[in-house]
Amino acid sequence: MIESSLLIWVIVSVALSSLTLMLLTIYNKYNNDIAKSIYPLLGIGGPFISLLFSIFLIYTLLINETTLYYKAFTWLDIEGFTIQASLMLDPLSAAMLSFVSFVGFIIHLYAHAYMGDDTSYPRFFAWFNLFMAAMFLLILADNPFMLFIGWEGVGLCSYLLISYYFDNEENVQAGNKAFILNRIGDFGFISGLALLFLYIGESGLDFASLEANVHLIPSSAINLIAFLLFVGAIGKSAQIPLYIWLPDAMAGPTPVSALIHAATMVTAGVYMVARFHFLYAMSEDIGLFIAYIGAFSALLAALIALRQDDIKKILAYSTMSQLGYMFMAVGLGAYSYGIFHVFTHAFFKALLFMGAGAIILALHHEQNIKKMGALRSKMPFLFSVMLIATLAISGIPPFSGFFSKDAILNHLFASGHFDIFAIALLTAALTSYYMFRLLFIVFISPSQQEHKLLPQSQLIKLTLSILTIGIVFTGFINLPVFFGGNENYSIWLNLPDMRYGLSHLSEIILLLVNVSFALIGILMAYAHYKDSSVDPSFGAIEKWIKNRFYIDELYAILIVKPIGYLSHLIVYIDEQLIDRFIHLISSSYQRLSYYSDYVQNGNVRYYALYMSVGIVSIFIYLGIQG
Amino acid sequence: MIDIGHFLILAILLFSVGIVGVISRRNIFVMYMSIELMLNAVNLILVALSHHFEDLNGQVMAIMIIAIAAAEASIFLALFVMLFKNARSLDANFFDLLKQEKHND
Repeated sequence: MIESSLLIWVIVSVALSSLTLMLLTIYNKYNNDIAKSIYPLLGIGGPFISLLFSIFLIYTLLINETTLYYKAFTWLDIEGFTIQASLMLDPLSAAMLSFVSFVGFIIHLYAHAYMGDDTSYPRFFAWFNLFMAAMFLLILADNPFMLFIGWEGVGLCSYLLISYYFDNEENVQAGNKAFILNRIGDFGFISGLALLFLYIGESGLDFASLEANVHLIPSSAINLIAFLLFVGAIGKSAQIPLYIWLPDAMAGPTPVSALIHAATMVTAGVYMVARFHFLYAMSEDIGLFIAYIGAFSALLAALIALRQDDIKKILAYSTMSQLGYMFMAVGLGAYSYGIFHVFTHAFFKALLFMGAGAIILALHHEQNIKKMGALRSKMPFLFSVMLIATLAISGIPPFSGFFSKDAILNHLFASGHFDIFAIALLTAALTSYYMFRLLFIVFISPSQQEHKLLPQSQLIKLTLSILTIGIVFTGFINLPVFFGGNENYSIWLNLPDMRYGLSHLSEIILLLVNVSFALIGILMAYAHYKDSSVDPSFGAIEKWIKNRFYIDELYAILIVKPIGYLSHLIVYIDEQLIDRFIHLISSSYQRLSYYSDYVQNGNVRYYALYMSVGIVSIFIYLGIQG
Repeated sequence: MIDIGHFLILAILLFSVGIVGVISRRNIFVMYMSIELMLNAVNLILVALSHHFEDLNGQVMAIMIIAIAAAEASIFLALFVMLFKNARSLDANFFDLLKQEKHND
């Protein structure tokens, strides 16, 4: 099937070429009718074509059940070190591709409505398309090095888009923060790749040969490699301790948040761990470590989200919390459940962000939920889609989030790590509490002020409706056995999940426990916020939560300030020692030349003197020699 | 008896007078005369050695040099006339256009 494997390359290159076309013309003003018709065509057309090809390829894969490979060219060929620029479509990449291309395209449509009047529309869509292209490259890569290109590409795009409104310095700093923290993670990732190459790189670097040779790695090194690769995932997927860029990333326009949190970027870490499942299957310690990192990240983010007032920051922390679930799952060997949660999360998180964006637009760029309120009667459509998305993220059946979250919780319980299970369960209750806090404060609780709402664009409503349908139905593709399904999605993904046989009875009991925890959260939120937007006090811990556990301040004291002092010291040394030394050298030459230019005085008599002195000294020298 | 040594000593003395003249005198005419003096010191050596080794080549060379020096003299004198016309001076210290300008630092 040469034809269809070529199409994998097309998916990546279409997004890239529409980016290039836009960059080539980016200096054109976005103010005439021609530009306003061409740029949307390019910016949305690229992802649309990618989406069409993705659907076709996934369909082909479903029919033929053979992994597609496409080798574009040999990128590097140094003795013993060959890297092919090659792409691969197996069920895991196809699972990622399905929602990245679909949700990505929907977000592009939404962004067109959201950013339609922005003067830098071409720049925005150029980076947006590059983001998609990098993500396609990341998930379709056939070897870790191609993956790394996409990995860096999404990092770059997040920087470019977070600091999109660069005339405000805070946004630029948020972009820098995201980029620098990602670099720390990337350092771990590339060190892991280097070690991987060192041990088994000779016999091929594509995923298939890595998997075949992974047993050759000495057991002492395998934990280190697995850990270093996971450091990359920590940075990219915003887990403890490298998560602090994610809330600040809300500085970008809302479609960017939707794209980063739903389709691209943050899911890359989970995908990477699932992609390297053969490695993580061999180091259970690191798997457990991943699960604990995920658990604590989920809990911390859920706690912080309880007292955030910025609608986008609540959603940002909820993303971090949900990513924690995914890492708990992949860490304890439930790769397909983790990927399934990535899949369902993409839909409801995109919808939450896009709904939040619609509210923000309608309220003239107001993001503080405390200044909203009683919007239900004014925006019934937004209320209903946000309600569905919130129910989904809280894990209430029959919405998609329930199926993925319940599968993860069941797996955590069955694996015997009851501490992680308890944290996950608590986080589930907290999740439904803070999400419904958001919903109640924005839509139900009485408003302090009157809002003059801007009308909603039809395109935004259309995109929200499409995603809502997705939320309602995507959960059923991995219907558990005791509901009469047979986990088609997990079987199709064909990842070596750890299986623990739980009886149907205990699964149903667990399900009831999970759902009742979520319901408790909802009821508490209802009691607290149904007719007041004032937060009830948590007592002693209140101050900590409000100040996000002082983590940013801690990092400022532990890392940012010492580096600041160190760089001041280095500047001082540079100016006082090195610069002075260099200046001394140059000024001494200057002084020397000041004296030596007496020699060049233009007076022919002196020149005659020099000549005769020279000749005489030559003769004296010859006389001594001879 | 005057032998080759005396001629050479005289030539060396003439040459030294020429060098000192070029270096110490400021008048361009006198400098030119000193140069001619050095030239003729060399001629004297050529002629003396030619006589000493009984080889006529040296004498031919000397006559050649005298002829060329005559041609030289005409060019030199023309230059001096032009110099004086332009600068109203024949002081060698006055003509220092090629010197390094001092910076004010």
